Amino acid sequence: MAFLSAVSHKSDESEKKRSFLPYLLLLPGLVWLFFFFLMPILTLVSTSTKTPGLGIGEFDQTYRFANYWDAIVNSRGQFFRSFEYASIATIMALIIAYPLAYAIAFRSGRWKNVLLVLVVAPFFTSFILRTIAWKQILGGQGIGFKFLTWLHIISPQSHLTASAFAVVAGLTYNFLPFMTLPLYSSLERIDPRTMEASGDLYANAFTTFRKVTLPLSMPGVVAGTLLTFIPAAGDYVNAEILGNPQTKMIGNVINARYLQIVDYPTAAALSFTLMVAILIMVTLYIRKSGTEELV
Amino acid sequence: MVDASTSAHGDIKLSNLTKAFSDFTAVDDLTLTIPEGSFFALLGPSGCGKTTTLRMIAGLEEPTAGSIFIGNTDITHMRPYKRPVNTVFQNYALFPHLSIFENVAFGLRRRGIKDVKEQVDKVLDLVELPHLAQRKPLQLSGGQQQRIAVARAIVNRPALLLLDEPLGALDLKLRRQMQIELKWIQTEIGLTFVHVTHDQEEAMTMADTIAVMNEGRIEQMGSPADLYDNPKTAFVANFLGQSNLIKGSIESNGSESLVVNLFGQKVAVPRARSSARDSSILVGIRPEKLRISPETSSASGNVLTGGIIEDVSYIGVSTQYQVLMPWGQELMVFEQNDDGVPPLDKGDRITLSWEPVFTFGLDGSEDANAGSELHKDEEE
Repeated sequence: MAFLSAVSHKSDESEKKRSFLPYLLLLPGLVWLFFFFLMPILTLVSTSTKTPGLGIGEFDQTYRFANYWDAIVNSRGQFFRSFEYASIATIMALIIAYPLAYAIAFRSGRWKNVLLVLVVAPFFTSFILRTIAWKQILGGQGIGFKFLTWLHIISPQSHLTASAFAVVAGLTYNFLPFMTLPLYSSLERIDPRTMEASGDLYANAFTTFRKVTLPLSMPGVVAGTLLTFIPAAGDYVNAEILGNPQTKMIGNVINARYLQIVDYPTAAALSFTLMVAILIMVTLYIRKSGTEELV
Repeated sequence: MVDASTSAHGDIKLSNLTKAFSDFTAVDDLTLTIPEGSFFALLGPSGCGKTTTLRMIAGLEEPTAGSIFIGNTDITHMRPYKRPVNTVFQNYALFPHLSIFENVAFGLRRRGIKDVKEQVDKVLDLVELPHLAQRKPLQLSGGQQQRIAVARAIVNRPALLLLDEPLGALDLKLRRQMQIELKWIQTEIGLTFVHVTHDQEEAMTMADTIAVMNEGRIEQMGSPADLYDNPKTAFVANFLGQSNLIKGSIESNGSESLVVNLFGQKVAVPRARSSARDSSILVGIRPEKLRISPETSSASGNVLTGGIIEDVSYIGVSTQYQVLMPWGQELMVFEQNDDGVPPLDKGDRITLSWEPVFTFGLDGSEDANAGSELHKDEEE
């Protein structure tokens, strides 16, 4: 505060320059947001209330808000499935990523950077290729399938591909780095002495984790689950490649409406509904987790 | 909970305690006893093994060899959370997600103590911060965080409280104030405090007993006055305050005192205060014990002539002189300014004298500069 008031004592001319500068610096970002965020959203909303015109791919604005009702009623199964798969994948990713991030943050020593590169390494190949690779891993001749039959977790007669299991596994795998990296960065910021202090104050390893490490890593848990859940809920590649007609997610519906049936209004209504639904869920989640108080 | 955290008490005994890392030995065969209820300081330069010693007592570091006892209870391999020991960490290590109240209550809750609120309130009163109970640690100043760190530890009434450079992060004025406060708290609650520091003034202000550590070993142990007046090694003489150490040889061995030849001039050293093993000796004298006078005036006691003032620093209460002796060594002299303006100037030829009883003798094989450079390195 003292610093700010000191600045305001400067001469009027430099003050004018100063007050103008922040807006100038904001300008490129605002222009970008206008063209690549605001315009598409408005187009999306406006498309969502149109009705088919004369030719294919032509639509007239009739403000038919019933489009939303129709779209939601027809696709409610896929909506729920999307959130169900995304939730399971997020929980699985958290269970896998937390120990991994913990090990990298506290136990990896000089291997830390190598391990971090390995976490990011899958991004060097295409998302689609990696998902197709999972089809082979889980296929009858794949190592994943053989390993699970060897462990007697599944019988050799069963099949893993084209199933809900495969879709969730694909989602979990594909978004794992988005879970691991925020977890790592919030764990890494914890002063290890607070954990020593906890041990010094009569907490055993488990209590230390529950009372100190986990609460201090909550910002990472929240960031990681959001970065996993949001794209997973809207994803259609995994369901397309690893699923079957009974595992279609809302992304698949939007994709089909838009590109195959050429029903832009329904696709737009579904997209907008998905956005709003996720926004509401995320807001409730952040409120509930109370992480805004942390650091 | 049935463990040592409530039952063990008594003197702390370290026997042959050793901690070796892959490339060096941090603590080397350390044996010492810390009496129950004392304020004990481990003093030494960084890397001398004092913090490693503390961490072994806290259970945060596994000793390579040796044992740690509190009274009759062996805690050498006990898990840290089972020890009746609490630590005030160097940067306090308060839990940033918990309120001050919950920080202080942490240890009590883990042990399932009933009257948590009462005990926390009492200890917050003791550190004079009861109004901050609902704040978060990051909303507190450094000095307040420091007091909360102390409160969080002493609320558990440990048999032993460890303080790891607890005042290192505070500015000088606050540090002086906290030294007095910590000493007062220790007297008030009567726990055993083990305090690790590199600041000799801090150790001397607070501790009943100081152990000076160097390279994993204890150089000397004793009361602050004893260490200052009777250093047994050059390292202690230089690390604890400043010393003038002059090489000489013992000429005659009287029953009361030794006569030592210092580059042709003879001085007396009390026999009881010499730790020389043969005729080679380092004669030690503290700068404030030296008297400085013009060459022309007469001097009594031990006298060294032929000095030239090289530098004069006037620092209010006293004046520091740097005197070049005929044999090329520079000696430090601190004179109280009780007569006003210092009468002597740079370039004056002077005579140094002092009462023979203030002289101490170290073994001649010692390195006269050991420990003297460490002060500067340590000051942040």
